Amino acid sequence: MDETKPIQPLDFEEPIFEMRAKIAELEDLSRRTGMDLNGQMQPLKDKLNQLTAQIFDGLSAWDRVKLARHPARPYTTDYVDHVFDSFSELFGDRLFSDDPAMMGGLARLDGRSVMLLGHRKGRDTKEKIACNFGCAHPEGYRKAKRLMKLAEKFGIPIITLINTPGAYPGIGAEERGQAYAIAENLMLMAGLRVPILSVVIGEGGSGGALGIGVADRVLILEHAYYSVISPEGCAAILWKSSEKAGEAAEALKITARHLKELEIVDEVIPEPMGGAHRHPHAMAETLKDVLTRELDALCERSVDELLEGRYEKFRRMGTLFGDEPPRMPEEPASPEGEKASAAEAPSEGATDPELQED
Amino acid sequence: MAWKRFRKKKDLPSGLWVKCPSCRATLFKKELIRNGNVCGQCEHHFPLTARERVDMLADGGSFQEQSPDLYPIDRLEFVDREPYAHKLARAVEKTGQNEAAIYGPCTMEGKPVVLCVMDFTFIGGSMGCVVGEKVTRAVELATEKNWPVIVVSASGGARMHEGALSLMQMAKTSCAISRHDAQGGLFISVLSNPTTGGVMASFAALGDLIVAEPGALIGFAGPRVIKETLRQQLPDGFQRSEFLLPHGFLDQIIHRKDLRSSLVDFLDHLWTYAEGEVQTEWLEPSFPPQEEDTETVEEGTDTGEGDKSEPSPEGEEAAKTP
Repeated sequence: MDETKPIQPLDFEEPIFEMRAKIAELEDLSRRTGMDLNGQMQPLKDKLNQLTAQIFDGLSAWDRVKLARHPARPYTTDYVDHVFDSFSELFGDRLFSDDPAMMGGLARLDGRSVMLLGHRKGRDTKEKIACNFGCAHPEGYRKAKRLMKLAEKFGIPIITLINTPGAYPGIGAEERGQAYAIAENLMLMAGLRVPILSVVIGEGGSGGALGIGVADRVLILEHAYYSVISPEGCAAILWKSSEKAGEAAEALKITARHLKELEIVDEVIPEPMGGAHRHPHAMAETLKDVLTRELDALCERSVDELLEGRYEKFRRMGTLFGDEPPRMPEEPASPEGEKASAAEAPSEGATDPELQED
Repeated sequence: MAWKRFRKKKDLPSGLWVKCPSCRATLFKKELIRNGNVCGQCEHHFPLTARERVDMLADGGSFQEQSPDLYPIDRLEFVDREPYAHKLARAVEKTGQNEAAIYGPCTMEGKPVVLCVMDFTFIGGSMGCVVGEKVTRAVELATEKNWPVIVVSASGGARMHEGALSLMQMAKTSCAISRHDAQGGLFISVLSNPTTGGVMASFAALGDLIVAEPGALIGFAGPRVIKETLRQQLPDGFQRSEFLLPHGFLDQIIHRKDLRSSLVDFLDHLWTYAEGEVQTEWLEPSFPPQEEDTETVEEGTDTGEGDKSEPSPEGEEAAKTP
């Protein structure tokens, strides 16, 4: 979390970077010459704040996906260092191996013991490859399962930090039951007798995210996203072109604000102006405050209250239904009718195309 | 080609024949249906609609569908190359179903169970809010009645058009199963072709017993996604039932013709019913139809079109007492 390291601007950040460069120039000049340029700089600084606010208010869903994936965005490992007093990492699923893409261990938050779990993306190339860019294998989910059971046994609350493009899709992952590993975590978490607190800190990629996300409280950072499928994957399937990822991101309603409206997350945690990657320490501080406050509240609840509340929380999701079957809007279309009768007409050959598989 | 062998029967109207996608044999459709939609040559299991599946597993006339009036809505106002609302409307029109799952209590050889069946013909059997709700209600009903629940899956995964709400159905269904399990309830998961994605990564993988039909595609990521990620060809038979069993992820692979009897046997072994709950008299399932000429067969069991025979009370005809 080096705040002085230069960061490449995202396309929409360019005006901000330009203005910041101007201010830096003035500051430099003032330092070198000893001239008091505050008079010139202050209006510029005000303007910069205004511009930043304006740009970040108007971000598209796709822009936010870029922020969520920003290489300088604080990762689980950064929060481990800056939010928790201590961390003792625990390894392995006791079945097959240790998956670095899922980190877990005993941490202290404001003096209190917690089991901390989170996806690890890796900073440098070597780490990234070891972590499969944050895509966990079944071993990762099984390590999480093991550690969550450990936490339950000793009555330690669980905090999970979600940041994954999705669970790893590969031959080994399938051979070792990726779907089973995730499913078992969902079921386990539903019944865990300790408080569970989850925060989507970057990418909430589908089942791979949910695999450590069935919690009493689910929070999300302002520029993080949580989605049923990656925008690229959705675009490839529904638009037949992954270049339509921006449109897919918009359609999927994956931003923090939308997720709050859909009651999928309980709270949106504001990021420092300009995004968590600009001010990681401020972000860590905010996160620490929120985690402490949330955990305090959860620890007040009895086990029965926790279990009942957790069940009700997920039970309510997606329970708005229509009064009647979906119908095609009335169209003055006769071609529709023609098409339909054409489809019913005996087709050439003897095969029923509907019976063919892909 | 196999087609040539039948060519002389020119008087037969088309649509009566079906080509097996597995062995390319040309099959007489009536015969195929009589065989439970299983190819007589290579045992390829053709898909079944949810109604056919229910008719195949439940005692004749015993299935009582619940919540049939749960209709999907387009909460996200999702539009890709067409509005989701239109896609739904077309699916309803095409399949005659309201959604990709049905559920309700029924008996199997007199034993009460809650049966939930997915329908791949309805938008790929994808799980949106309605499917998630129906699976959840099925499990909750089973918990309440203290009966076993059987879910037959056929799904490409979570439905993208309902966004993260679809994703949360994975959590919702798993929560219900967790409660059922905590109460000591029995859940049997039957996987049919295909069961992948969010369905496989939630309730479908949580059965006390997990069995699959032969040749079913089962996995987390679809083969196309894996191929694109790895940029390499996948081994033959990858993610098929016969691949999963030796890897330790299935209890059994069960041929469709044996599915009902195997399930009944599992119930027999594992579940003790309260006194008087098991019916001593029951009717044989109405699918596959065994009578020689039944016109209802032609209309009611056209796999491709979905079941149009609708509210034909299950198994009124073609049912017999044992």
